Amino acid sequence: MADEEDDIILSELSDDELVLQMHDDLYDGLKDEISEGVNILLERGWTPYDVLTKALVEGMRIVGIDFRDGILFVPEVLLAANAMKAGMFILRPLLAETGAPKQGKMVIGTVKGDIHDIGKNLVGMMMEGAGFDVVDLGINNPVENYLEAIEKEDADILGMSALLTTTMPYMKVVIDEMTAKGIRENYVVLVGGAPLNEEFGKAIGADAYCRDAAVAVETAKEFMEHRKHNQTA
Amino acid sequence: MSNALSRLLETRDWLMADGATGTNLFAMGLEAGEPPELWNIDHPERIRALHQGFVDAGSDLILTNSFGGTRYRLKLHNHQDRAFELNKASAEIARAVADEAGRPVIVAGSVGPTGEIFEPVGTLSIADAVIAFEEQIKGLMEGGADVIWAETISSEEEITAIAQACANLDAPLCATLSFDTAGRTMMGVTSTGYAEIQKTLPSLPLAFGANCGTGAPDLLRTVLGLTEACPDAIVIAKANAGIPKYVDGIIEYDGTPELMADYARLARDAGARIIGGCCGTKPEHLVAMKAAMESHTPTRRPALEMIISRIGDFSSEGDGTGDQSAAPRRERRGRKRA
Repeated sequence: MADEEDDIILSELSDDELVLQMHDDLYDGLKDEISEGVNILLERGWTPYDVLTKALVEGMRIVGIDFRDGILFVPEVLLAANAMKAGMFILRPLLAETGAPKQGKMVIGTVKGDIHDIGKNLVGMMMEGAGFDVVDLGINNPVENYLEAIEKEDADILGMSALLTTTMPYMKVVIDEMTAKGIRENYVVLVGGAPLNEEFGKAIGADAYCRDAAVAVETAKEFMEHRKHNQTA
Repeated sequence: MSNALSRLLETRDWLMADGATGTNLFAMGLEAGEPPELWNIDHPERIRALHQGFVDAGSDLILTNSFGGTRYRLKLHNHQDRAFELNKASAEIARAVADEAGRPVIVAGSVGPTGEIFEPVGTLSIADAVIAFEEQIKGLMEGGADVIWAETISSEEEITAIAQACANLDAPLCATLSFDTAGRTMMGVTSTGYAEIQKTLPSLPLAFGANCGTGAPDLLRTVLGLTEACPDAIVIAKANAGIPKYVDGIIEYDGTPELMADYARLARDAGARIIGGCCGTKPEHLVAMKAAMESHTPTRRPALEMIISRIGDFSSEGDGTGDQSAAPRRERRGRKRA
């Protein structure tokens, strides 16, 4: 099918075609093409919020599903997330200017002693891809870092990650400290990492264990809906 | 290449490796977040006790306490300049225990992942990784390790870097990956994919296999994939003792000695020749495993259903091999760009 191998000129595609093409380009991790697509849609008068949700968030949702289902693996998802980042780089200042609706705010970090940040970065990028504000504390965080950040940032969600059996108990240290300070109920606490499981999450007092980045996004959305519901009730 | 491990394998059908390092050190007072490698200098008697427990339980091979011993891991604790010293000390402790065992015990120098992602997706180049692994491996070999034992690796680039460092230093290599994501490694390597990759490594591993991951059933499925692809190879199986649970403030793995004993029999049937445990595996598990292997006559390769019925279900339906390699692909709009 020779004609299909011809170069695709993004600016010649209709809006619908372009958005679908951007989903494919996100899937393939093509960041230059994503930047170009974002700019074209903005030039055509799209709101930054529509570009974010219809092109980027929807594209990352598809990536998330295939990651969850074992079709894509970490390298492909990192490339997709990098492409999304390129789009977000253009959209972020515009979104702030236009006061677009926010999903919620998450503070995320890997616990003390743990150097692994692959899973945490994936969750951060996917959350951002889903329209959340994400404050990334990086690796090796003692309890003070988490407490300071959730207060300062007025976060809705605290996400903690551990990839080692030797560091996962530290999550409980953080949750216990939150309880001792009487602020545990002010936040949704999500935990994740390869050695964890649902039962472990419950045992240490987290709101939920998230198996992977896609599940983290779904779970965060559910909790935010409850929070909004409770706040308006 | 003649070395203590290959010589021992010539006289024995199977060897029993050791159990967990991290989870057992916890039981000895390691704090969450503390780097275990520091204990090689600060509390050598505890590391010695860990090894001794395994040797007394019948292990033929023990891993040094050096899993996080590259400068990339140590820099998290500001000890990046102590890589050589900490690795050398880890091997010296294990060497001393092995030499006093009264029977051949192999000292395998543990090398774990850097925690970094390799180019082009990440930032670490293979060349830089080789330098870091050489530093660690020099320490391990100088401290008396018989072989280098790469474990819990997930990417082809990283295992290649370790093998290159071994080749540069003329150190024999054993290499296990962690297949923890739907039967593949985090980076997407399948069991049959690894069987091909290991043939191309700069230092051909004298044994290769799987460790850690998500539980004994998954690990055995991976071993079946490896031994099917390479029937004559020396394959390693080192499964976790169940899954982690939080009980009374500590992490407990829920696999019983009986379960691990049956896992060991199945691993033999699946064709593994070096069998041990990973996270959660205590000396009591190893005692049961050794007894099981000593009294077991290997029988035919277990079918997947047999594994499920004896030690539990898999964490995912497929593992990306065989019929499943034609696995779900997303419908595309037809134009894939380079």
